[in-house]
Amino acid sequence: MNAEIEWTEQVKKVAANIRLRGFRYVMQNNGGYLSQICSSAEMLAYLYCRGMNLGPSTAPMIPEPFKGVPGEGRPYVSGADYNGPKGPTLDRFIFSPAHYALPLYVALIEVGRMAPEGLAEFNQDGSTVELISAEHSPGAEVTSGSLAQALSVAGGIALARRMKGDTGNVWVMMSDGEFQEGQTWEAVQALANYKLDNIKVIVDVNEQQCDGPMESVMAIGSLEDKLNAFGAYAVDVDGHDIEAFDRLAQTDTKGKPLFILARTNPTKGVEIMETKRPTLHYLRFSSADEKASFQKAYDAMAQEV
Amino acid sequence: MEIVSRPHVNNFIEWSKDKPEVVVLTADLSNSCEVGRWRDTYPDRFFPMGMAEQNMMGMAAGMAKEGFTPFIHTFAVFIYRRPYDQLAMSIAYPNLKVRLMGFLPGIVTPGGVTHQAIEDVAIMRATPNMTIFDTGDATEVESVLDVAQAVDGPVYVRFLRGDMPRLFPKNEPMVFNRARVLSDGDDLTILTSSVVTEEALRAVSVLKTRGTSVNHLHVSTLKPFTDPTVLEAIKRSKNGVITMENHSIIGGLGSAVAELMAEHAIGKPLIRLGLKDMYAHGASKNYLMKEYGLDAISLVKGVEELLNKSLNINEADLENVRIEDANSSAKVEAL
Repeated sequence: MNAEIEWTEQVKKVAANIRLRGFRYVMQNNGGYLSQICSSAEMLAYLYCRGMNLGPSTAPMIPEPFKGVPGEGRPYVSGADYNGPKGPTLDRFIFSPAHYALPLYVALIEVGRMAPEGLAEFNQDGSTVELISAEHSPGAEVTSGSLAQALSVAGGIALARRMKGDTGNVWVMMSDGEFQEGQTWEAVQALANYKLDNIKVIVDVNEQQCDGPMESVMAIGSLEDKLNAFGAYAVDVDGHDIEAFDRLAQTDTKGKPLFILARTNPTKGVEIMETKRPTLHYLRFSSADEKASFQKAYDAMAQEV
Repeated sequence: MEIVSRPHVNNFIEWSKDKPEVVVLTADLSNSCEVGRWRDTYPDRFFPMGMAEQNMMGMAAGMAKEGFTPFIHTFAVFIYRRPYDQLAMSIAYPNLKVRLMGFLPGIVTPGGVTHQAIEDVAIMRATPNMTIFDTGDATEVESVLDVAQAVDGPVYVRFLRGDMPRLFPKNEPMVFNRARVLSDGDDLTILTSSVVTEEALRAVSVLKTRGTSVNHLHVSTLKPFTDPTVLEAIKRSKNGVITMENHSIIGGLGSAVAELMAEHAIGKPLIRLGLKDMYAHGASKNYLMKEYGLDAISLVKGVEELLNKSLNINEADLENVRIEDANSSAKVEAL
């Protein structure tokens, strides 16, 4: 097997395992953020296995309990430690859609940065594995639960790294709903103005938000057109095509910030989720029968993977 | 104790029926703020603004200028943090009739620091023209609409959602700038607000059995803070005053009481219970109320400190008078 085939096989395997573990957790939990797992499995697998140049995790495999917030004089453990040490040639990962915490934690497990037992801490009292990630949560460097703030912070990091002569990139994962907030466009304006081509953004364009399909809440039009008009290098791709991510990641954007617009299917790999449209944001079972059908779908997936 | 499930859903629909001037604006949290059915009932008066709060404030201001009364429904944090400048300059300064319904006040959500409104009262109290209400039960969630609508200017309401107790009789609606006297006594005065009142009721019922006479008031109007009932209760107290609030001890109920006492030259001890100038984190409501000292036993400790004596009350004594247990059941997860 040559190296090229090797990485794609690995990323596909990790993505399949993210879906499987995520689906299993959601079944055990009697509901949860399943559509986000379906849509983002490939991009998270790609980022951690191929896209990002990260060192090994420096954090404990089983996340430590919550000890306090920054500024209280106590040691504060950053969730960024799960993404490895900081270094001039290493990449950084800024995770923006904090309600994708579950897929992020599952991805950390599948790439060996967190122990499977860590998932048992999800949304438990006193845990750092929070429902909505904060910067002490595994994999998170920024407290981004008030959406659309992280891109600006990533911009600051990218600007500072360029001043310091770092060669590593700043990777950002976002969701398309965040492009409804004005701050996102202020951030893009600044990234383009400062020609920050060391920033690479991958957006889960699933066209969904909490209240339902974005089209029914607040349509945002073509992200590709808008971002390019703002001076970014933005390209629509199939959101589950890891080779397309890679081609873009390797592209010389000539001074422009890269936006990989991953047009995803929020039910990808879990066909039964189609029955829940238009309400995909958070899976709730309406009856025991419905839960049984999902369990059957999970069992079939477990057989396959 | 009656537990009421999602009282706002139907109450708001019914209340809006004969008020065509009432419009609703949301920021992608319609069902989370219990107006999904309102949207389906009055689709022509419902405007989703997307996750775009700064613009939403301006749009609400514009509609208010044209004679409508916008009821913004979103989480409290997203009303006063991100769009504060727009709120202050487009709505508060022109004194427009916009109703800001802030859900998830204080530490009632596992959503963590980004979803917990712990300094909202402080910021809104410092905002000229703003009126502030803090609801404590189903009766107040239902009756605050009339109280708010009577105010000729912007109103911020800390709103409860989901299952909640009915602590106050349905036929005793909330009254503007009037605290509820829940217990009469003169050893000490306790002032509480929001979900903390329910905890305080448990503590006070046990305190009374230990020979401590408590004047306990529930405060639902936080601005203006000129209620003579509150002033009288503070004056009467022999040993001092305790405030307990679902908020930072800076700028909220405790600060308002301190200002009132200072302005009236009332030299008595004051203990402010609440978040001690710190951010919280994501966990269940009961866990956080215990961690940050907003539960019944924390109030008992405050009373012991104020009276400078031990009352021999433990957690078990308080458990026996648990007023309701609905909030401690299944952990809330989805936002």
